[in-house]
Amino acid sequence: MSEPVSPLMNARYEGLVTIEEIGPMGMITLRGDLAATDLRRAATAPTGVEMPQMREASTADGKGILWMSPDEVLVLCAYADVPGTVQSMTDALVGTHALVANVSDARAVFRLTGANVREVLAKLSPADLSPEGLPLGEVKRTRMAQVPAAFWLESEEEATVICFRSVADYVMGLLKTAAHPASAVGFF
Amino acid sequence: MIRINCPICGLRSETEFTYGEDASVTRPAMDESAAQPWLDYVFNRDNPRGWHREYWHHAQGCRQWLVLERNTLTHEIGTCRLAREDAA
Repeated sequence: MSEPVSPLMNARYEGLVTIEEIGPMGMITLRGDLAATDLRRAATAPTGVEMPQMREASTADGKGILWMSPDEVLVLCAYADVPGTVQSMTDALVGTHALVANVSDARAVFRLTGANVREVLAKLSPADLSPEGLPLGEVKRTRMAQVPAAFWLESEEEATVICFRSVADYVMGLLKTAAHPASAVGFF
Repeated sequence: MIRINCPICGLRSETEFTYGEDASVTRPAMDESAAQPWLDYVFNRDNPRGWHREYWHHAQGCRQWLVLERNTLTHEIGTCRLAREDAA
């Protein structure tokens, strides 16, 4: 089997924050009635985390469930676990109207660490990045400059950004510009 | 910049949304045989000065269809509801 390769070969940049392209990461789109017992079980069983409420990111130990829209969540797991997880989720959803799709290779993932993560993201997105606008444990599905992106904060000094793989290089460029050492604003 | 209070995502920039269409038009009954109601429904639109009901799509957010009140004169944004709830 061929080796999975992340889009930017785990590129890294150090500026106002440290930016790391951390793929490949396992990502499974799950769509359907989020209130349905079968669907909740399908999402929580392989991840071991609580089902997220509206706008929440429920993550622990590299696994998680991100609330994406009223009928969609994104299940996170290790890249190698994806085929088995997709299979177990599909099996758990027999007879339920739902979609399970492996989107791991369609996305790129970045980790931002440092004191200025809110500021770096706020330069690129129209979303409210203040602690009130984006509390810890909440996921924002928005855009960064010209492209769609989603991000959430694990702590005040660590954020994860997901975008489409095809625009990974563009997003890395954006993040590097926003994190340029001479570009500190100190707003937050 | 216009900001829209999405009932799912909260206050977001208008740049995340896409305009859909006029939400004030209603489709004629399917057995309507006169041409004029269909002509009005398909082609004819008012161009109001003031408050207007519109469909918007939160295309780069929760991807829900919304019914939004917008003042065409001032760009002031009024109530914003999920279209599926508005239709119910």
